[in-house]
Amino acid sequence: MTASSQTQAPILPHHFHKPSVIVRFRENLRKSWFKYSRNKLSVIGLVVVLLVVLTAIFAPLVSPYPQHASAFVDFENAGQPPSLRNLLGTDVFGRDILSRIFFAFRGALLMSIVVLAIAVPIGVLLGLIAGYYKNTWIDTLIMRTTDVFLAIPPIILALAIASVLTPNLMNSMIAVTVMWWPWYTRLVYGMASSCRNEYFVIAAELTGASKAHILFREILPNCLSPVFTKMALDVGWVILISASLSFVGLGEQPPTPALGQMVSDGARYMPDLWWYAVFPGLAIVIVILGFNLMGDGLRDMLEQRMG
Amino acid sequence: MTDILQIRKLKKYFVVGKNADGPIYLRAVDGVSVDIHEVETFGIVGESGSGKSTIAYTVMGMYKPTAGEMIFKGQNIAMEVSRRAHHLKKELQIVFQDPGSSLNPLRSIRQLLELPLRLHNVVPPNQIEEKIVELLEKVELPPDYMYKSTPSIGGGEKQMVAIARALAAGPSFIVLDEPTSALDVSVQAKIINKLLDLQQELSLTYMFITHDLSLMRNMANRVAIMYLGRICELATAKEFFEQPLHPYTRMLLSSIPTVSVEEDRMKPKKVISIGEIPSPVNIPSGCSFHLRCPESDSRCVKEDPEMVEVRLGHWVRCHQFPSTYSAGEQTMPRPNKF
Amino acid sequence: MEPLLEVQNLHVWYRVYGGYSKVLNGVNFLVNKGERVGLVGEAGCGKTTTMKTILRILPDQVSKIAQGKILFNGQDILQMNGNALQRIRSQGIAMIFQDPTAALNPVFTVGEQLSDVIRFSLRSIAQRKVEKKSIKQVAMQALKDVSMPDQERILGTYPIQLSGGMRQRVCISMAITTKRELLIADEPGTSLDVTIQDQILRLLHELVKQQNTSIILITHSLGVAREMTDRIYVMYAGTMVETAKADELFANPLHPYTLGLLASVPKLTGGGIAKGIPGRLPDYRNPPPGCRFSPRCPRAMPVCEFSPPPFFDVGYEHKVACYLFQESRND
Repeated sequence: MTASSQTQAPILPHHFHKPSVIVRFRENLRKSWFKYSRNKLSVIGLVVVLLVVLTAIFAPLVSPYPQHASAFVDFENAGQPPSLRNLLGTDVFGRDILSRIFFAFRGALLMSIVVLAIAVPIGVLLGLIAGYYKNTWIDTLIMRTTDVFLAIPPIILALAIASVLTPNLMNSMIAVTVMWWPWYTRLVYGMASSCRNEYFVIAAELTGASKAHILFREILPNCLSPVFTKMALDVGWVILISASLSFVGLGEQPPTPALGQMVSDGARYMPDLWWYAVFPGLAIVIVILGFNLMGDGLRDMLEQRMG
Repeated sequence: MTDILQIRKLKKYFVVGKNADGPIYLRAVDGVSVDIHEVETFGIVGESGSGKSTIAYTVMGMYKPTAGEMIFKGQNIAMEVSRRAHHLKKELQIVFQDPGSSLNPLRSIRQLLELPLRLHNVVPPNQIEEKIVELLEKVELPPDYMYKSTPSIGGGEKQMVAIARALAAGPSFIVLDEPTSALDVSVQAKIINKLLDLQQELSLTYMFITHDLSLMRNMANRVAIMYLGRICELATAKEFFEQPLHPYTRMLLSSIPTVSVEEDRMKPKKVISIGEIPSPVNIPSGCSFHLRCPESDSRCVKEDPEMVEVRLGHWVRCHQFPSTYSAGEQTMPRPNKF
Repeated sequence: MEPLLEVQNLHVWYRVYGGYSKVLNGVNFLVNKGERVGLVGEAGCGKTTTMKTILRILPDQVSKIAQGKILFNGQDILQMNGNALQRIRSQGIAMIFQDPTAALNPVFTVGEQLSDVIRFSLRSIAQRKVEKKSIKQVAMQALKDVSMPDQERILGTYPIQLSGGMRQRVCISMAITTKRELLIADEPGTSLDVTIQDQILRLLHELVKQQNTSIILITHSLGVAREMTDRIYVMYAGTMVETAKADELFANPLHPYTLGLLASVPKLTGGGIAKGIPGRLPDYRNPPPGCRFSPRCPRAMPVCEFSPPPFFDVGYEHKVACYLFQESRND
């Protein structure tokens, strides 16, 4: 067998079957779904998340009263309890709460996407560098700075920043981003510093691969699976923090609906107009639960592929 | 026979702690001198903690030696890999023990093999694909494997990919760090035969590290046995296995389980193995083996024996063999309590 | 000789992506009282699955015992309820695992772990509570039996303070504290150095002889099986392919797989190694319907491809699952 294969002319690449990208992708997708769907709760989480995302995107179409999402006043229907006309009741200005929740999803999701899109790359990059240069001054500098941010209670940090800047959605995003990146640095730091001693990294170093290759091609991909899982979980948490900020009046400004601000407004009319605060609160709970369950499923799906 | 690698009094200490007298050292390699000839397989055997892998890793440049010299083809390589000349990274390659961890699970085999080819400009960029197919051919893997990633293939195939990667740069010296200890014997047989074929074909020098003496017999030209960071016996494979001298060698040989009557005859009369290898942080005084040696006496406790050449090319570190080799001496010294 | 453990036509499946992985496919074997049996096979051939099934420690969610019987002293382990099973585990069968580091809990001392084992098994035998003092005595004796020096001190140490060989000795002492009828040792020396493996195997050998216990030694090393056992089963891809007395098997190996395996083992006498066995283990999700070795077998015949071979007796208590020996008897 050895002798014959050595004398043969090398088979040129176009002579063998190159597996089609679509076929491989479909196979991977099917396998991933098998792992993801083993836990029924993660499937429920995925359904909830999809519903939330879809209602946010198509809010003007699915809301019964899209015009209620802005400065709209209808005192005749103010403070109505849940009925067929207003499924979740109306607020003191007579606006439909269900429609306002649907529109509030938009701000909440936008906020999480923007916050994570900024915080994750920064956090991951810093963690990767600190992990690779473990036990050097670079590690000390990055990780001690991270510790300083982690030492301040996050909500207080966000409150401080948001109150220094003028209160609006943009500035509350900045505030939340500032408190969010250190968690990713921490996570990736641990992964990268253990990955750094793996033999495949050493093997690349020994053949003379560049630092950039080692950091971004060898180590980074092996750190990403917990990052994705954490991102899924964090979408829920960012929504919660942004709700907290808007609860104290530092987020989205009226009349644009925000979940936290609706809860805070409604709290003043408890218990008479109970639906005013309870339904937006329930919406927060459901969204966060959905993203958490989906995060668990993602973890199940990605973890085993690493092994 | 020219020497491709000369190691002189190599020491590698690791700091493991601190006490009143200064740092506490783990003496992983403690004064090893060895010449490795061109196109031979030089075997190093030893138990875990004997320092055999540390030597290999120091040669590869994963560690900076504490003291000693390493000369590779006339160039000093007693330094970390990052300080070495670029062409040395191509000449010296390593195959690790566990292919599962030495191959990045998230990269395709094509990407794995492409890296050394690009780094060392082995072929022009437009011929890289052909070269990868050729490398896969060399280790008897089908060409469409280049689109697979390593978790989807078997353990033996993974190790073949690791060998192909080591060959890609075009090395002259390959360290094999227990390349088959994680694999089954039927797969091991395939890998070992492939390695021996490749050695002939490409004139490679191997530094072969293992704890498996039977495998060493079939793979190496010369064998050194290590105990606590030092070589205690060095000989050609034939002599090493047929006329073992050092009590430790005999203890190891008598402990291996064998599969045939012929092999049983080769094993020295049962030297009952006692005790365990001491920690390299607290190396015993005198001969470091005296605690486990059934033949030790008061001298072994106090005096550290020197490495002596008892026959051409057969070195031993034991007080039982004081006579140095002199040309013309043909009689083989026998251990006194065989 | 009296049979102690008899496994009959055992089929075990694992639930995996894309259906079931049919790992064990009709495993048959027999252990007599006081006998040392070796179970030899390569990684992934189902050795460990077989032993876990015997102890009923396979995870329920992913595995399925499709078919078969495991008779221990005439009673079927697979039909037992919780109490009977507990009795088997505390008095009948003990297991020694490959990796002593993983088998010992790092946060409890050796003494605590050892006395737990002793308390449970003594309570199960005597059906009453046992005094602390007598437990300690038994523990000290158990450590002495595995030639551990300074037992008093060892009882107070944590596993991490001991070397690999010492940890394995502790594991063995746990397995033998109270006399068991069967000891299952899953690669007891594989993670240790060759001199330490030698010590551990010699120790096991002596203990088994002293207590007249049966032992199943699972190993991938033909050499270990040859030196340590009376009778050997060779396993391939979830089936037993050959069984014989140790001496007979090495003097007269018959099954093509055994021959290939034996040729692959590097010999001390030198002279190179055979080319190994071509191919790889079958995909358990879709295994060959006939002899599972047939796709790799140099002497495969048409019949091998569709019908799994039963054991053919070739005399001298030597049985081979291969159609080549359908009619031949060497007595």
